[in-house]
Amino acid sequence: MKSVSLVLVLGLSIATVASSCGGNQAPQNPTPNADSAAAADRARQDSIAAAQAEADRQAREEAERVARQREADSLAALSRSSEEVRTTLAAMVHFDLDKSNIRSDEMGALDQKVAILQANPDLRIRVGGHCDERGSDEYNLALGNRRAQAAKQYLVSHGIDASRIETQSWGEERPLVDGHDESAWSQNRRDEFEVVSGGDNLRRP
Amino acid sequence: MCCLCDSTSRGNRLTAQDTSAIDRGVRIGIDYRPGVRPGMVMLPRKGLDSVRTIVARDLDYSDRFEIITLPGGDSIRLATTAPSSSGSTTPRGSRRTPGTGGGSGGGAQAAMASLNYPLYQALGADFALDITAAGDTTVATLHDIAAAGVRRAVRTVLPPAGDPDFRQAVHRLADQLLQAALGTAGIGATRVLFVKDGKVYQIDQDGVDQKLVSSTNRQAMSPAWAADGHHFAYMEFQAGKGWLYYQDMATGKRTPVSTTGTALDFTPAFSPDGQTMAFSRATEEGTDLYTINIKSNCCLRRLTVGHFSDNLSPTFSPDGQRIAFVSTRPGLPQVYVMAADGTDQQLFAPFDYGVTGSSNAPEWSPDGQSVAFHRDVAGTLEVFVLDVRTRTVRQLTSVGRNEDPTWAPDSRHLAFVSDRSGYRQLWIIDLDTGRIRPLLQESGARLPAWSPRLSEAPSTTP
Repeated sequence: MKSVSLVLVLGLSIATVASSCGGNQAPQNPTPNADSAAAADRARQDSIAAAQAEADRQAREEAERVARQREADSLAALSRSSEEVRTTLAAMVHFDLDKSNIRSDEMGALDQKVAILQANPDLRIRVGGHCDERGSDEYNLALGNRRAQAAKQYLVSHGIDASRIETQSWGEERPLVDGHDESAWSQNRRDEFEVVSGGDNLRRP
Repeated sequence: MCCLCDSTSRGNRLTAQDTSAIDRGVRIGIDYRPGVRPGMVMLPRKGLDSVRTIVARDLDYSDRFEIITLPGGDSIRLATTAPSSSGSTTPRGSRRTPGTGGGSGGGAQAAMASLNYPLYQALGADFALDITAAGDTTVATLHDIAAAGVRRAVRTVLPPAGDPDFRQAVHRLADQLLQAALGTAGIGATRVLFVKDGKVYQIDQDGVDQKLVSSTNRQAMSPAWAADGHHFAYMEFQAGKGWLYYQDMATGKRTPVSTTGTALDFTPAFSPDGQTMAFSRATEEGTDLYTINIKSNCCLRRLTVGHFSDNLSPTFSPDGQRIAFVSTRPGLPQVYVMAADGTDQQLFAPFDYGVTGSSNAPEWSPDGQSVAFHRDVAGTLEVFVLDVRTRTVRQLTSVGRNEDPTWAPDSRHLAFVSDRSGYRQLWIIDLDTGRIRPLLQESGARLPAWSPRLSEAPSTTP
């Protein structure tokens, strides 16, 4: 391919020179000039190099673009996972009326928090205990404390250092749901979990 | 309920029954005997309407008189101006001597002596109260109808109406008159602290003059009076902890209790001598009772070691020797008692294990004879009263949800929270007559604390 095209280019240039020599003009350069041939060859070489450079540049840009995309994709995935972990960590734990023991159906939620705390050694959390409006206002402060302590004890008994878990009680002072029926009450009898520190890039367990 | 029957047969104390009826001069109670209480009539006069209104209401709210309302102006005028042959109506001349109290005037005035005693006697009055002005001085003359004479004339210079001290000064006047009539201290000059929307307010016992007394937007709970009536304590949420504050009522200056801020401290209570504050502290081990010397801010002392039970809501006996409190050691919260140093802890209010519901919020009566508290009855709360001597309990309320009782200084009135009208508000019940009246017709008020008798604010603070 390449050799054929070279011959063609050479033939054309000769023909051009020949035709320019026709008519009343005396032929000035009857034979191909060695210099012009070299120039043509140089031009040819240059164009080839330019094409090659352009192709290289495009390839490089494409590679960079792909790399950037890949990086962005992985960052998004990382943050998606961090968000997911955060949601799991914040999932509330609910209690029976006037009780502070961890229900068996709530242990799974606490087990997930144990795993998250283990996967993120810098993470520190706060557990807030809450009550519904039915009990005594002041007694509910003690009950809310007991509920927060119950979750903390569960986490500690599963290997989490107690110093990483703060507790507080809000009694019935901060209901999650307004309302005066069991649906509202059962949602308000809860522990809430929030990040104190070390929660910026949570790793999936 | 068996406890109701017991108490009825026991004596005349705490025998009233709860109903949903709202006070409009109506008395309720199975043992109420209308003729027993002395009749009191207020003489209508021109001027001093606000003084007369406040005094009349205080005497009415004392629940110690039959308040006799005269039908109309003309008959009153007739009654007050008709000349009478005073002296001839009663042979007991000795009882005509005016009272000799500190506020006594120089004897019966000429105008007062003309009171038509037989007419008032016919109306059922035992006392007639005449409030008049003499220059800057307000003269309140208490007539003893049967003795046909002046029992006492109290002369006082009241602050002008609208002055912040006006109403309390009139309340104190009412208390002097009640003292003159019956020899008993009244509760006119008292206030109730309560919590609404996370803030502490005070209100006069007659339901007027509501005033904000807490100074932050942080959530406050559990106000408690010091025995001097010039200070109170309360709990406030701050940075996830419960802080106890000690506040001067007159200046509003507040001081955190020295040991607070490290944990959830709540339910403060003062010892009667004002030296000690007892409170609850929630920790990893549960909630336990502590005391601290509030005057010297020292000497934190732990009174209970709960071993993962809760001990809270302390209340001192009026002699300062004992503390009643709530403990969850039997499983559910119940009312316990101990010596003020934490020894000799024992059950106070009896209950049936596995049957009786949670019992909370005890408050020892100022006369030492009773402890009021609330108990879970079939899913709602009702106010109960424990007789300290016999250790028997009696259910006081039965209409709606009733909680957080607090004693008036006369140990016969209780303020409490009730939803009997459809929303939670503050009510007052008289245990002797069963009369119930709303203290505050506003939703959301709770955790009331009734003051001791309030003297005038101290003139100087050291």
